[in-house]
Parts: sequence; C-alpha cells; structure tokens
Amino acid sequence: MTDTESRQKHKILVVDDEPDLEPLMLQRMRRYIRTGVYEFVFARNGVEALEALDMDESIDMVLSDINMPKMDGLTLLERIPDVAPDIRAVIISAYGDMKNIRIAMNRGAFDFVTKPVDFDDLKFTIDRTLQHIREWKDALSARDKLVVLQNELNVASMMQQSILPNKFARNNDYKLFGTMQPARNVGGDFFDVMGLSDGKVGLAIADVSGKGVPAALFMMSSRTLLKGAAMRADGPGEALSEVNDVLNEDNDACMFVTMIYAVYDPATGNLTYADGGHDPPLVVHADGTTTQLPVTEGLALGVLPGFDYNQYSHQLAPGDTVVLYTDGVTEAINSEEEQLGLHRLREAFEQNPPRDAEDAGHRVIDLVNDFAGDVPQFDDTTCLVLRREN
Amino acid sequence: MGINAERAGGTLIARADGRIDSSNSREFHSDLEAVITDSDTSVVLDFEDVAYISSAGMRVILLAAKSLQQSGTDFVLCSMNDSIREVFKISGFDKIIPIHSSQAEALSAVGA
Repeated sequence: MTDTESRQKHKILVVDDEPDLEPLMLQRMRRYIRTGVYEFVFARNGVEALEALDMDESIDMVLSDINMPKMDGLTLLERIPDVAPDIRAVIISAYGDMKNIRIAMNRGAFDFVTKPVDFDDLKFTIDRTLQHIREWKDALSARDKLVVLQNELNVASMMQQSILPNKFARNNDYKLFGTMQPARNVGGDFFDVMGLSDGKVGLAIADVSGKGVPAALFMMSSRTLLKGAAMRADGPGEALSEVNDVLNEDNDACMFVTMIYAVYDPATGNLTYADGGHDPPLVVHADGTTTQLPVTEGLALGVLPGFDYNQYSHQLAPGDTVVLYTDGVTEAINSEEEQLGLHRLREAFEQNPPRDAEDAGHRVIDLVNDFAGDVPQFDDTTCLVLRREN
Repeated sequence: MGINAERAGGTLIARADGRIDSSNSREFHSDLEAVITDSDTSVVLDFEDVAYISSAGMRVILLAAKSLQQSGTDFVLCSMNDSIREVFKISGFDKIIPIHSSQAEALSAVGA
C-alpha cells in the first residue's frame, strides 16, 4: 500500500436498483471502510447517480449495474463525462453477458465485474481503478504545471526580445544592425546600442550562463547595469569593471555573463573595446579579408569581484565591418554533430564582403540556419554589426 | 553525461563524460557534489571524455571551484579537448581555475 493510498480516503458511488447490494457491500468491505480506505455512497439508478456526481466532486469512481429503471448503466456511462470527466466507471454485468460488456467497454467503462460479485475480485478491481485515477490526476496536474512553466518561459522570451533595439540610427558615417534568434528554451543573449556623449556610440553583446527564467532575470539586471555604467565610465574597461563588481554582490548562484562592450567614435573611426570573457569581434575588411580582434584577456562578469578589465583600441578603415556574435553562432550543431566554428563564420565573409550592416547580420543568421538544418539549437543566435561607411 | 570517481590518497579523481549542457547541468552538479567528500584534500576533474560543455556546465564548475576554495581544497581540471580548452580561455575561467594538459600533470600539480 502506498502512502497516498493509506492517507487518502476514496469515495465510490455504487449504482444499483437492487436494495440487497448496499448492505452486502457495507458488510463485505467493512474492514476497508473502518480503516478509512473506502467510503461508499449509493444511488438507485443513472439519474440519481448523475445528480450525486454533480453535487459531490469528491467522488472518485463509479461502480454501476447495467439494468436499472429511469436510466440504465450503459446510458449513464455515456453521460458521466459531461458531469465528471475525470471519473472512471466499473460495470457490474450478468455473468457471460458479453454483448453488454462490449457496449460498456466501448462507452468508456474502465473495467467490469460479473454477478454473482466475487468481493475479493471486486476489491482488486476497485484498487486498480483508483490507482489509474490517481495516475491520471497526477498526469493532469503535471501537465498544468508544465503549462504554467511554459507560459512563464514565453513571458521571459518576450521580455528578452522586447528589450532589444530594433531600430538602428541611419547616418552617413556608420550603420548598425543587430538580431537575435532565440533558442527553443529561453536563453540569455542580448545586445544593446547606446548613444553616448560627443556623438560616440556604445555597443554591447552578451550571453548569460544557462537557460530559462534565471538566465532572463540575470540578463535584465546585466543590461540595466551596463546602461548605467556606460554613461558614467571612462571607457569600456572601466564600464565592465563596474558592472562586474555589482554583479558579484549577492551572486551565490554563480551566474555569469560574457560580454563585449565597445565604444565607437564616428569622428575618428576608432573602436575601443573590452571583453568580459566573450568571443572577440570579427572584422571583415572591404577587400573580403577577415581579422579577429585580439582579446583583452577579460573574465566573464559575475565571477570574480575586483577584476580589472583591460581595453584595446582598433582603428576601423572605411568599409570595415565589425561583427559581434555570441557562441550560439560558432557552437551551432549540424546533423553530423559538428560545430559551426569560427572558420565557417570567417568563410561566410572571405572574398565576399557584406553589402552593408544588415546584409552581414542576415548572413550570420542564414549561415547558422543552413548549417543546423532541422537540428534544434539550444542556444540563442545573436549578432550585432557595425560598419564604417566610406 | 556521467561522473566516475576514484581516489588516490586524499586526491579525488573525477572523470566526467559526454556533453554537459543546460539539459543535464543540474544532474552534473549533484553528481559532482556527491562524489566530493570532506576528507578530500584535492580534486582533479578530468575532461578526457567530455565532448562539449555549455555555459550552464561552466556555472557548475564555478560553483564547485568556489565551494572547494572555501574549504581549502585544491581543484584542478585536466585533459580538455581543444574546443573546451578554448571556451575556458575565452571566458577567462582559466585565470581562476588551474587547467593541466594531462591527468599526470594535474596530479603532480596537486602534490598527489
């Protein structure tokens, strides 16, 4: 006997027009009634049974005779789902009455017993039915929980999409384009574009550890912290140092975020950047060659308080395109379980420079989708592109 | 994903295998915690048979590193494939957790 069985009393509705069954049932099942395993309630026909089911939601199962006045057991079987869809019914039939047994089973009866009733067999049948009902209810409740969880994830996913910039300033000096293709389970990628003083522009791309709601929450706070730090800090290295220190407060869960933060000065074409443990930017030159910018030897943010983030400067030539991306791109998996890798990303641009920032962004996403084919991807695919115009 | 553990003196050698990602990082965390005991003076986590580790798996490594650091237990990693080694390099995790190319090297580093 399981714990649930011993704790929970099961209420069984017995439906029969013969007055003998009630005292017999109470007598033969008295041990289980006394110990609180079963409780029996009785109805004289199908109509009374439906009324009882309608009034009393605590009834777990029905045990019904077939031949009864007003409404017989076979009609009752048809009507039960309207009143109590999670109820299971067991039919009591005359011995050898296969025709009615078949009709009852086809109408959704869970099982049947035959007259004269063998009470040991009935006890076994009732227990089996109740167990099935318990499992059915557990499955329903698990499904409900899953639906709630899925809704939460959908909200997190919508939040993630809604904070991303989707309009990019157009001007003659430079163009920007960013896009994120979310993974099936909500991930924690984001990118951001921030207008700074002196016409400079701040560019960020980031990838939070893990998946789901925790990643989405950590992503939101990382993004907000960076926005503040970007305004105050004197350069990307200092901005990352500030964000890192705050993220390290109360971070018992050891969440972390990898990030590139760069400041572009359109007046000079200078790009100053700092990496927080993130894949370094790829630069595609106008002649179709590619360069990976050197890493600043950073550390993922949220890992070590007080870490001092370096920054480097790189001079962009007119026509240079800077591609910031997350590892959802380079770690995309194809049907042969190969990783896309940096080399395929570079090949997508070698000898074939992008027409503009948007073309470069789409090319990255198309590359991932063509490579992955039908294989579901478990990571967000994100890129942010800056192009210095001629 | 699974973890096998063996002991040599006070050193625990734990071998993980397969892919460690967000679908099994919780299991990886509990398995790793289960094999590490208070009496271990050092822990070597061998990546020889690990094909891939995602950021969710890296988080578990970080949790283990921080908790072992607090109890004064040495924690080193070894025998990573090139792409995993690269992930630890790019994320900067190799600055805070020692990584060795072979188990023998890892064992001698922890003085086993």
